[in-house]
Amino acid sequence: MRRLPQIKLLPDGRRLHLNDGPIDLIVEANGNGADVRAAYAAAARRFDGLLDELCAELAELRKAAHPVHCHLKGVVARRMHAAVAPFARNWFITPMAAVAGSVAEEILGAMLGVAQMRRAYVNNGGDIALHLEGGQQFCIGLIDRPDQLGIMHTLMVDAAHLSRGIATSGRHGRSFSLGIADAVTVLAKTAAQADAAATIIGNAVDLPGHPAIVRRPANELQPDSDLGSRLVTCEVGRLSDGEVMQALSGGEGVARNLLAAGLIDGAALRLSGEILVVGTYDQRAHHERELETA
Amino acid sequence: MVTDTTTGAAGDKIRCDACPVMCYIKSGAAGACDRYANHDGKLVRVDPHIVLERTVSHGGRVVPFQATGDWDGKIVRQPDIVVTAIGAGTTYPDYKPAPFIVSSEIDGVDMVTVVTEGIFSYCGVKVKIDTDRYLGAETAIVRAQGEAVGHVTTSEYGSQMLSLGGVHHLTGGSKKEGRVTCDTLMDLSNCKPVELKVDGGATVIVEAGRPPIVNGVTEERMRVGCGSATIGMFAKQWHGKVDEVVVVDDHITGVLSEHQAGKLLDIADTGIKMKGRRSTPGRYFQVAEPGTGWGGTNISDPLAILGPFDAREARPGMTMLMVSTTGDHASYYVLDQALRPIEKEMPRDLKSSVERIQENCEPALCTVLFMAGAGGSLRAGVTDNPVRLTRSVKDALTRVTSGGAPVYVWPGGGITFMVDVTQMPAGAFGYVPTPALVAPIEFTLRLSDYGALGGHMDYVRPLTSLRNSAEIRPMPYLPGRRA
Repeated sequence: MRRLPQIKLLPDGRRLHLNDGPIDLIVEANGNGADVRAAYAAAARRFDGLLDELCAELAELRKAAHPVHCHLKGVVARRMHAAVAPFARNWFITPMAAVAGSVAEEILGAMLGVAQMRRAYVNNGGDIALHLEGGQQFCIGLIDRPDQLGIMHTLMVDAAHLSRGIATSGRHGRSFSLGIADAVTVLAKTAAQADAAATIIGNAVDLPGHPAIVRRPANELQPDSDLGSRLVTCEVGRLSDGEVMQALSGGEGVARNLLAAGLIDGAALRLSGEILVVGTYDQRAHHERELETA
Repeated sequence: MVTDTTTGAAGDKIRCDACPVMCYIKSGAAGACDRYANHDGKLVRVDPHIVLERTVSHGGRVVPFQATGDWDGKIVRQPDIVVTAIGAGTTYPDYKPAPFIVSSEIDGVDMVTVVTEGIFSYCGVKVKIDTDRYLGAETAIVRAQGEAVGHVTTSEYGSQMLSLGGVHHLTGGSKKEGRVTCDTLMDLSNCKPVELKVDGGATVIVEAGRPPIVNGVTEERMRVGCGSATIGMFAKQWHGKVDEVVVVDDHITGVLSEHQAGKLLDIADTGIKMKGRRSTPGRYFQVAEPGTGWGGTNISDPLAILGPFDAREARPGMTMLMVSTTGDHASYYVLDQALRPIEKEMPRDLKSSVERIQENCEPALCTVLFMAGAGGSLRAGVTDNPVRLTRSVKDALTRVTSGGAPVYVWPGGGITFMVDVTQMPAGAFGYVPTPALVAPIEFTLRLSDYGALGGHMDYVRPLTSLRNSAEIRPMPYLPGRRA
């Protein structure tokens, strides 16, 4: 029996939900009704078979990327490679580091191919591809803790900015991290680039050899992890304020280099309640709603 | 997250064929999608545990539901269908553990990001261990993996109570203490065995719904009472059917003719002579050494605890029943001419009294009640005005369940509840590194009441819309679980 992806509108009637295996997309388009319908139909068409396409080259996608050469065939696979290639000379990185952002971009691209939209996004588990027409903007909120409803920070992305991709990497996500950051959120030109850069910056937020950090080989946890036997972070014990800042500044150094190289537009690094922002995008503290905590 | 990062490899990895990624999944871990996992070599669907708060705030479905038409006011219309909070977020994964979640409903913000989960910091388990063995003194520290995770509390009838977890062990001590406490609570709540060591006391393996293993010995049954209590309970049933009864017990062996209960029934002296140390009339300590024989003693021939009958009282033809406190062992004797007890076939009505003792011995079990408090923020996920939810729970307008299981809500402020973990579906509990436990909680109430208390009415969906879609899935029930 052929496996069918799950494609349906969310109960709000506005957003489209696409799911297939580990790929999980939330899509929203704003525009006139016909365009939105056409865009959603195009997203659904493109989504069908996308996972199979990727899996056909999965073995290759799990290998360390070459900084120049790419033997991958699929358009999404090649986008993944292109996104990680700038980092491949200095760091270990596989195209899988950009899979979520690359898929999001692919679906957004399919939508833009058939419809006019004021704005749209494809959110692939936190790695988001954006579309904005003149005058439009997205307001992006960062919640520090979901048990406190307040939004800690907001980022405004408007059409005048060139950023069209957002991604977050960290040790609480579904992928393993070599670093200890709770989250590194990156704004970049494309979702694939943001995805790859967030991985690299997240890995750089680290305290090598610290006794309170428990690490285990990735393939002990997931036998077919693309990280092989590299040690991934399982647990971060209590860190002093100084250690938190030391770890964050390691990531900050990398983020500043990437910013200078034009690979990212900004980044927010979070560890143990501390947040460190690199870049110039609009960022303002939001008043947290005072609520008793559970 | 269901990925278990704390235990070593156990068992074989399996290959998931749910999608073309074809993940190899090791035992106890989940695949790339976080939805399929290897449970003891079997591929199971294990959606992440999503709390109501997050579910509701991001497009939630764990809100009151209507089956069809007008609601008749019953808590749940069809008893076979309970919508639980377990995995509530999976099908609409915009509230998966995703760092960014699009939700323009919150403060006019289009996207929000979630980096951690924080659920029940105020939680613990109350453990009842059916055993008469000494586990430890009241208030003695209970340890798991060497870390203090709780303490011994009161002894109850046939049982010892432990109180484990709580916010002080979870977050008030060392990081390791918190982690071990969290693991212990989660394992106990998920009906897994946990070894606990009581300071100055016993080592006990506790597993909800299973017999305790105290210092390596599995408890079989809760005895009906000590030997003396058994005499008291059954004296009337024995009266007139047998001249003497000895209930053999490692703790207190009871003798009917000497016991107060026998005296009240005017049962005549029999000239029986017990070994051991007499406590009060008809009650004897230390008739033998502890062991696995009759009544927790080391004896296999119960006559070994008797001396010769006193010829001044005893007479040939007198009858005697010897029975253990659980009814597992029983023999019937008649004194011969030399006043020696000779074993004979037990009369039918005495046999039924032995069966009655057995029937009254319940299986010795460990029971685990999970106890937690739903804080203001969780309640805010249900309604704009959290205190109204509390009031509606107190007024019994809202029923609280945990994974579909009934809970006891403590009187007083807040929503502090207790639930029998064996009544909950398998794998209902998760954890977050805070450390805190993730447990499902559902609030069920009338739609009109829900509106009145400031509920998120926009997200209410009819139950039929869940039933007719692929979202309803059988929850994996593991052996040993009660449905």
